[in-house]
Amino acid sequence: MNSRLLHDLKTLLGSESVLHRPEELMLYEYDGSVEKGRPDCVVFPRSTAEVAGIVELARKHQVPLVGRGAGTGLSGGAIARHGGIITSFARMNCVLEIDADNQIARVQPGVVNSDLSAAVAHLGLHFAPDPSSQKACTIGGNVSENSGGPHTLAYGVTTNHVLGLEVVLPTGEVLHVGNSALDSTGYDLTGVFVGSEGTFGLVTEITVKLTRLPEDVKTLLAIFDTVDDATESVAEITARGITPAACEMLDGWTIRAVEDYIHAGFPLDCAAILLIDVDGLREVTEAEAAEVADVCRVHQAREVRVARDARERDLLWKGRKNAFGAAGRVSPSYYTQDGVIPRTKLPATLRRIGEIGRKYNLQIGNVFHAGDGNLHPIILFDERNEQQFRDTVAAADEIIAFCIQAGGSITGEHGVGMEKDRLMPLLFSETDLNLMQRVRGIFNPDNLLNPGKIFPNAKGCGEIYVRPARNRNGADAVRTP
Amino acid sequence: MTLATISVASRLAEITGASNVTSDPAQLVAYGIDGKVPAAAVKPGSRDEISEIVKFAAAEHLAIVPCGARSKLAMGAPPSRYDVALDVTRLDHIVAYDPSDLTLSVEPGIPLQRLAGVLAGHRQFLPLAVPFLSRATAGGTVAAGVHSPLRQAYGTARDFLLGVEFVTGEGVQAKSGGLVVKNVAGYDLHKLTIGSLGTLGIITKINFRTFPAPASTRVFAASSDSADGVLDMRRRIAQSPLRPLTANMLSPGSVEMLASGPAARIEPGPTPVDGLPKSQWAFLATFAGAGAVLVRYESELRRIADEAGCGSCTIYGDDEKPASFGRLREFVPIALESSPATTIIKLSVVRSKLKDILEGIEHAARANELRWAAMADGLGVIYAALLPSARDEQARVRVAKASERINGACAQLGGNVTIPFCPSEWKSTLKIWGPERGDFEQIRKLKKVFDPADVLAPGRFAGGI
Repeated sequence: MNSRLLHDLKTLLGSESVLHRPEELMLYEYDGSVEKGRPDCVVFPRSTAEVAGIVELARKHQVPLVGRGAGTGLSGGAIARHGGIITSFARMNCVLEIDADNQIARVQPGVVNSDLSAAVAHLGLHFAPDPSSQKACTIGGNVSENSGGPHTLAYGVTTNHVLGLEVVLPTGEVLHVGNSALDSTGYDLTGVFVGSEGTFGLVTEITVKLTRLPEDVKTLLAIFDTVDDATESVAEITARGITPAACEMLDGWTIRAVEDYIHAGFPLDCAAILLIDVDGLREVTEAEAAEVADVCRVHQAREVRVARDARERDLLWKGRKNAFGAAGRVSPSYYTQDGVIPRTKLPATLRRIGEIGRKYNLQIGNVFHAGDGNLHPIILFDERNEQQFRDTVAAADEIIAFCIQAGGSITGEHGVGMEKDRLMPLLFSETDLNLMQRVRGIFNPDNLLNPGKIFPNAKGCGEIYVRPARNRNGADAVRTP
Repeated sequence: MTLATISVASRLAEITGASNVTSDPAQLVAYGIDGKVPAAAVKPGSRDEISEIVKFAAAEHLAIVPCGARSKLAMGAPPSRYDVALDVTRLDHIVAYDPSDLTLSVEPGIPLQRLAGVLAGHRQFLPLAVPFLSRATAGGTVAAGVHSPLRQAYGTARDFLLGVEFVTGEGVQAKSGGLVVKNVAGYDLHKLTIGSLGTLGIITKINFRTFPAPASTRVFAASSDSADGVLDMRRRIAQSPLRPLTANMLSPGSVEMLASGPAARIEPGPTPVDGLPKSQWAFLATFAGAGAVLVRYESELRRIADEAGCGSCTIYGDDEKPASFGRLREFVPIALESSPATTIIKLSVVRSKLKDILEGIEHAARANELRWAAMADGLGVIYAALLPSARDEQARVRVAKASERINGACAQLGGNVTIPFCPSEWKSTLKIWGPERGDFEQIRKLKKVFDPADVLAPGRFAGGI
């Protein structure tokens, strides 16, 4: 890379805060997917001022700049697709302020999601968005991707919990949007910055809402002999006016893979399980748990178990959150998709996924946020088998095409990034995409910040097909949603 | 009628048919904003017609103000130019509603009350109990960014708006979001339309997430000699496991105002407010559930009221609920009826500063000999009504001084302040959009992207937009 730029970066940050040797950069070539792109260097700022300095240097040298949290993303959002500088927020990981009275926290972007919840648990509070990678992923990354998680069904996704941001724009300007008080005057800039996948600015400080922990949580495990019975139960829970805190479904194949790994107590011979949390006042959870159990029994559940204590609850959830890691144990590679459908289309969609699997002779497991229709089909393949690799991509495309046809979306929580940029025209017209890019241009006029993301045919981008996300040696159990 | 007026109207008639255009001054008065009346009003019947109208206006350098039922046109600054009122009330259909998916897609002109009736048939609802409810449309509610007391539990439209289709100032049809409850494809441009007063685009379709209607609801009311008691109740509830649907604190002036004649005209029926001591602060909360849940809420709220030193605790059942709740919801319209020169100041502060800001409001009003009423919610949002007895220069000076003082107090507390409603002729001297923020330069750039020729509601919004 440009040695002058490297020198300038070292002068700005100290040489211990700049990585540039090939063997150092290898770790930063990928994220939770195996999209790849090698940065020219990785820098570790400690303050907003240092971030602004980095931006200034990137501009001066006209080098792309990409923000990065823990690198757990699943759409290539934190990958330097066109090289340049990766700005890692690993050292900006302080909780700056906890205001229990107002249920607000001010954090740096590198704070790990579950660390914030742990830091406020003694106050009876938590940070509600809970991606399955929450033990590793950062709040800055959550803001960029507008991350979800199982409990967003009742609590909302990241954008519903962000009050304000400090952002360093690619123009070098430090911008404050929103604030701790609600309803800041003007257009909702905070609302468009959250989920902009790191293409508007580098977020250097985040003001978030903290949510009171419920008095009681009941976790139910409902076991079904057919997938349709499980999905119909989900529909009826909604019809009865219950909004569970979480409502997750695993299909039979996934259950067996998980059970072999985690021993969560899932039966090996069933077709599907629902894992449902109801929370709130004890009186609420008692009534709702009884009603949910009734719905499941009406829909032929073989058995409905209620976790007796926190240990049982944690074990059931451990089974769910490690489903992807379990897939990694039984297959050389796997590709996790992230599609959304109206939840009434669940039975048809699952049948279609089964057909697609048979058509390509691929094993596809299903784990998903059933309550909000957010699917995560896991396609198993062996990357050494070229044909199977191509079939996997084709199968994934067919699944997403079906989601769109059903009135859904190409991504519910993983983001578009470099994985799905080419699919955006299936959802949005050229006019829509044009307007979005012009909005990006306000903040990121030269597209130096995170280029080659979200929009198709990004300049200088030669890829026709993106590669599917694969696991590496099954080691990324906590990286998945 | 000038030649220009005739040609604008005739061109609009070519687009929508003559029966959907008026240039009759008598009818146009109803579209007036702060004394400015457009040359024509047009009621398009489709998104394509809206595009054509906007393209025509852009080419002719005409200014359009979009509107629904016109209940909130008095919000915002007067338009700097105003040639055409674009009335979307013909676009009033439900495009899609799937109760099992909790998703709803509507055209902007649909009245919220009609929509509520349809949703109620499926035991669902939209938590948009907004002011002017008897007239409000879905589009106007989003564009005006008004919120409801239910915000305590459900958030604002921002939290359940799934997607929007709109026509930009260039007449371009665009959209963002979708019709599923979870979606991160593309930028959330739809959030920008909330509270934009039609300055970025004309909304043509709105997608919402719907919610199961709560079972039985109850209203809890209590009183206290001072703001301290009701604020202490708020704090204790926030620290408890209770999750009320609404939580509001009323100043003595508010209690009196909401129990008055004008209030009864706007929202009739017996209400808990009638039964509250007039000279005291009041705390009102709505809670919902069945059987044991209601019992628990009732006993906990009574205990909390006791600990906070609040008295006159009363619980009202479902029968009284709509009216009581409705009076809170209609705080703004009731206040507008309660003085010839009502000025509504909307403030937000972090919750722990509620006491300071309420004191600031009281001091500012008293120092300027103004009658006042304030309603705060449990999230730190306050509506303060200054209620002068006349609409004259003396009143203007008093209101200006009081609002300056309130602005100062709010700024010191790190809050936000705007003046959504005041007499038209005072708008030029009151800071209705509050102080300039550091991000206003960015919002002006956004306006340029969406509406480069300044066709849509010019001059109405913050930052001179």
